[in-house]
Amino acid sequence: MNSTPKGPVNPDMAADLIRQSARVLAEAIKSGEVSAREVTQAHLDRIGAVDERVHAFLHVDTDAALAHADRVDVKRAAGEQLGDLAGVPLALKDILAMKGVPTTCGSKILQGWLPPYDSTIVERLRAADIIILGKTNMDEFAMGSSTEYSAYGPSHNPWDLNRIPGGSGGGSAAAVAAFEAPLAIGTDTGGSIRQPAALTGTVGVKPTYGSVSRYGLVALASSLDQAGPCARTVLDAAYLHSVIAGHDPHDSTSINAAVPDVVAAAMKADVRGLRIGLVKQLSGAGYQPGVLQRFNEAVDVLAQLGAEIVEVDCPHFDEAMSAYYLILPSECSSNLARFDGMRYGLRVQDGGDAGVETVMADTREMGFGPEVKRRIMLGTYALSSGYYDAYYGQAQKIRTLIIEDFTRAFGQVDVLVSPTTPTTAFPLGEKVDDPLAMYLNDIATIPVNLAGNCALSLPIGLSPADGLPVGLQVMAPTMADDRLYLVGAALESALFDRWGHLLIEEAPAL
Amino acid sequence: MSGITRAEVAHLAHLARLRLAEEEIDHFAGQLDVILQSVASVSQIATQDITPTSHPLPLVNVTRADVVVPGLSHAEALAAAPAVEDGRFRVPRILDEE
Repeated sequence: MNSTPKGPVNPDMAADLIRQSARVLAEAIKSGEVSAREVTQAHLDRIGAVDERVHAFLHVDTDAALAHADRVDVKRAAGEQLGDLAGVPLALKDILAMKGVPTTCGSKILQGWLPPYDSTIVERLRAADIIILGKTNMDEFAMGSSTEYSAYGPSHNPWDLNRIPGGSGGGSAAAVAAFEAPLAIGTDTGGSIRQPAALTGTVGVKPTYGSVSRYGLVALASSLDQAGPCARTVLDAAYLHSVIAGHDPHDSTSINAAVPDVVAAAMKADVRGLRIGLVKQLSGAGYQPGVLQRFNEAVDVLAQLGAEIVEVDCPHFDEAMSAYYLILPSECSSNLARFDGMRYGLRVQDGGDAGVETVMADTREMGFGPEVKRRIMLGTYALSSGYYDAYYGQAQKIRTLIIEDFTRAFGQVDVLVSPTTPTTAFPLGEKVDDPLAMYLNDIATIPVNLAGNCALSLPIGLSPADGLPVGLQVMAPTMADDRLYLVGAALESALFDRWGHLLIEEAPAL
Repeated sequence: MSGITRAEVAHLAHLARLRLAEEEIDHFAGQLDVILQSVASVSQIATQDITPTSHPLPLVNVTRADVVVPGLSHAEALAAAPAVEDGRFRVPRILDEE
């Protein structure tokens, strides 16, 4: 640090830049209390100090990050208007294309690939002068709930390095929880933003399907995938949400409508008179008692804040898992057919006498890990002649029933809540060769992906059983993302008042 | 639904262009069987006349104005290719296989 803090923003700023919220950092940069370069360098130093143990990053883009930070400082010096998050560092999930920067999706098949274009999200982040520090670890092609299916080794949960940080976006969540970045981008196909957020004591949001562009987001299941913000506070997530959301002509599934004012909702943070539904099907059997205890306490807090709590029945949620694990593999087996070793990525046996089908089969065998192969074969099976109607066709009908459950529920209440996950973070290795046990992590998050509406997870305390973070999920109707922030910020603020700090402050020092 | 056989897994692997090792076929056969049994309940539900949902948004025929915009250059498109010849993607032999 070569500048002394002068402003009133935060007296401890110089001592601990990495522990500030994105909004505090942005204001400090705007006021000149600290430079964007200092903020970026502090986070790069933190990555240098802890990431060998956390392994949140697959690639750190040091030079480009510092160069962008310098441009922000030049803009400020020239008196140019800065965006609400200008100069704030961010960690980007390695599934989003970034021109000239390695993008692997956690897979060997894309090792060394340099995308020739920027995803729309990256364009928007750059335009907002958010500093992209690097690319974060993930389960291969976003298939998994622990990052253990990354071809580059797992990430570690900053609360306990012997435990998983969740997945697939465990790297993004771990980076935020380990104070390596105040913001991150994740993607959520069945819970890959929300589940890691819950397990690392951070905030994660799956926006309404179609509200954030998928252009340049490597597709897993195109009707389910959605990118969204990860942060340590609900307000920071709201600011990032407002940067990345909005119509994009490059994505034919992009909704051409105004994005709800999520920042205003996060600032309002008021649940008085709001009707909040407890989903009967998303608690009880299969959920750890410590998770349920914290969840019930948080619901009591919402009631004390003036919300009306009612129980809501969503009977077809019980079939969501089954439908999801037919629909997702079906879409994935089709999407991942593009990795054939012909135009980019790995190719094995080249130059020999082998024909194209042999080269494809050998390339895919060598380039894909076990979970990707499992799901490709599951999808191939569910779509194959003779099984299509019984599996994929039936799953699509259940999808309709789940949408109807949501529609009925949102006729009675404004938002729904549930525990985000059935358990806290489990030890590395515990479920890695038991796919079904791994799939159960997403039991509460999947319905929202199937229906296309939106949800947020925020930390609500530590499980009394193991001292690990527990998350609460808020679900809102399609394009009512502002309600997530209204409820999330109100609960976060009440818990902050109770604890005197954010939950993440209780994480052990790394 | 009956269990998935080893031969079926080998066939699926061929359809999906995955050259699985013999031990992988055994391993996956057991796992796919467990997964398929756990999702088999979908066939008992929703037998009534329910419209299937393939996508959460009711968007159809999304178009944009027919205006030329910059795309990837020839060199950019080929930059990541495993093999290039005469300004084109070079691929392995596609005839006379099997």
